[in-house]
Amino acid sequence: MTSASPPVQATRPGSSETPAVSGVTGFGRLLLSEWTKIRSVRSTVWSLVLLVVLTLGFTGLFTWLTILQWDKSDPTQRAQIMADPVSTILGSGLEFGQLTICVLGVLVITSEYSTGVIRASLLAVPRRIPMLAAKALVFAVLVLIVGWLVTFPSFFLGAAILHSHAPVSISDPGVARAVFGAGLYLAVLGLFAMGIGGIIRHTAGAITGVIAFVLVLAPLTQLIPGKIGKYVHAYLPTEAGQLIGQAHQQADQVLSPWEGFGVFCLWTAVLLFIAGYLLKTRDA
Amino acid sequence: MIEARDLTKRYGDKLAVDHLSFTVEPGRVTGFLGPNGAGKSTTMRLILGLDRPHSGTATINGRRYADLAQPLRTVGALLEARAMHTGRSAYNHLLFLAQTQGLPRSRVDQVLGLVGLTEVARKRTGGFSLGMGQRVGIAVALLGDPEILILDEPVNGLDPEGILWIRNLMKQLASEGRTVFVSSHLMNEMAVTADHLIVIGRGKLLAETSTQEFIERSSEKYVLVRSPDVAALADLIVAAGGKAEPENTAGGQTPALRVSNLDAPRIGEIAAADRIVLHELTPRLASLEEAYMELTADSLEYGLPAAGQPAPAAQPANSEPAPATTQGRTE
Repeated sequence: MTSASPPVQATRPGSSETPAVSGVTGFGRLLLSEWTKIRSVRSTVWSLVLLVVLTLGFTGLFTWLTILQWDKSDPTQRAQIMADPVSTILGSGLEFGQLTICVLGVLVITSEYSTGVIRASLLAVPRRIPMLAAKALVFAVLVLIVGWLVTFPSFFLGAAILHSHAPVSISDPGVARAVFGAGLYLAVLGLFAMGIGGIIRHTAGAITGVIAFVLVLAPLTQLIPGKIGKYVHAYLPTEAGQLIGQAHQQADQVLSPWEGFGVFCLWTAVLLFIAGYLLKTRDA
Repeated sequence: MIEARDLTKRYGDKLAVDHLSFTVEPGRVTGFLGPNGAGKSTTMRLILGLDRPHSGTATINGRRYADLAQPLRTVGALLEARAMHTGRSAYNHLLFLAQTQGLPRSRVDQVLGLVGLTEVARKRTGGFSLGMGQRVGIAVALLGDPEILILDEPVNGLDPEGILWIRNLMKQLASEGRTVFVSSHLMNEMAVTADHLIVIGRGKLLAETSTQEFIERSSEKYVLVRSPDVAALADLIVAAGGKAEPENTAGGQTPALRVSNLDAPRIGEIAAADRIVLHELTPRLASLEEAYMELTADSLEYGLPAAGQPAPAAQPANSEPAPATTQGRTE
């Protein structure tokens, strides 16, 4: 195959007919293009499959373990679960499932740098920012849809398992918003990771950065004594963002679910803004 | 038409491109020549808006690249061999680029056919050979049927057949009235491809001339004469109005002279008249590569340690089996 050169005579590189134009225009073209990019690599499919499997698996496992150890567990913990079962259900699976979104969010941008595709992309869209915007939008919508396909089944699975000890229904106050919100959380988490990926540009470094934010920073800030520690912890991006997965604000919490989600969105917007600024000003 | 005006790019304290100005005209292949590290790729990246110049401008038909509405329809570029995701198929790589320009899927099929990759279009590019990858790159460059093509070392890593194919393609594109700007570090490659040459070294313009002129100016005719008695022969040649310089020879070889201003028959007659034995009498053209090396010698980014005489590429003095060197002749 390698040696089969095409006949030169046949290569009239197009002067015979100017390529036609498809119907889509402007930003729609970029959305279409980013969708082609994201659907045509296997890391997308695998990450999303892993998101579904991990989240449903761990939701089932942890809620089941909770029931098994119900009588042995400490009464305050039991009270906590009974007060807000949806938070327990969503927290158990997504705590792990979300890591796939962190990785995928980083990869959608850093893989362009590691493979050199970024240069092809920027030659096609030299103003750069529209490319990033289209990428962010396509990726966020994709994660949102897959996110809901995960959070709703997770909830119903967990609710069924917990039913005997901590009954919860989707129609209970705040529950639908929490399940719906967990999907939103995943979508924004994807953008958060993408922002860090766009700033750091290297896959390994960016994934480390995101994981540090999601898993490492929270326990560290809890070491800060007193009120300051409590506030710093509350305003951490994912700590704040995960509040959307609770049915209602607990007494000792600084932020309400929507406030927390707003804080998370703000963090993400700042990171994407920095990523956009760097994309615009750095050499590709 | 591509225009660079006073283009300057600095990386740290190193000047990669140093106040470079030139024009690339349509309807011909313009070779962009310089040793490795001379700033060719950087210059191309500046033209394409991938890097920002510190000063100066690069324009395409009078506009900055970033101001082109559908850039791929005006400019087609081939940069590195592999600027694609190894897990993505060639078809999808071209498709996402086509979509940004509003080009239909049929155009993707068309250019894939043009470069002969239709059969493997749906396979992931990770398994492609260097030559196939290069062809995907060419397909990308041709995708928008652009009037300007910018190709960075397009023959790198190709087999002879692939090299011939790209050469003919570039000539054909130029004959259609397109602007073809192609970089290379091989003089001989450019001599057979380019109509016009822009030579740079250390980011500075060294020459901007037609290939024809460059060849005429730099090709020096001489006759190589090998004889056990070069000293006597040299005197006779000088007496007859010729110029004789000793040629470097490997140990054990018969000594040789490089004679100019006299043709081979005349040298033969002079030798015969004085009964001087000749072992060789060969008319030669100094290689274009030598002329090019001379031109760029002072500007080598990573010069070889000076080993006495600069060893020209055409005939390594110590006749080691020359490895496929970067200056290896293609003809």
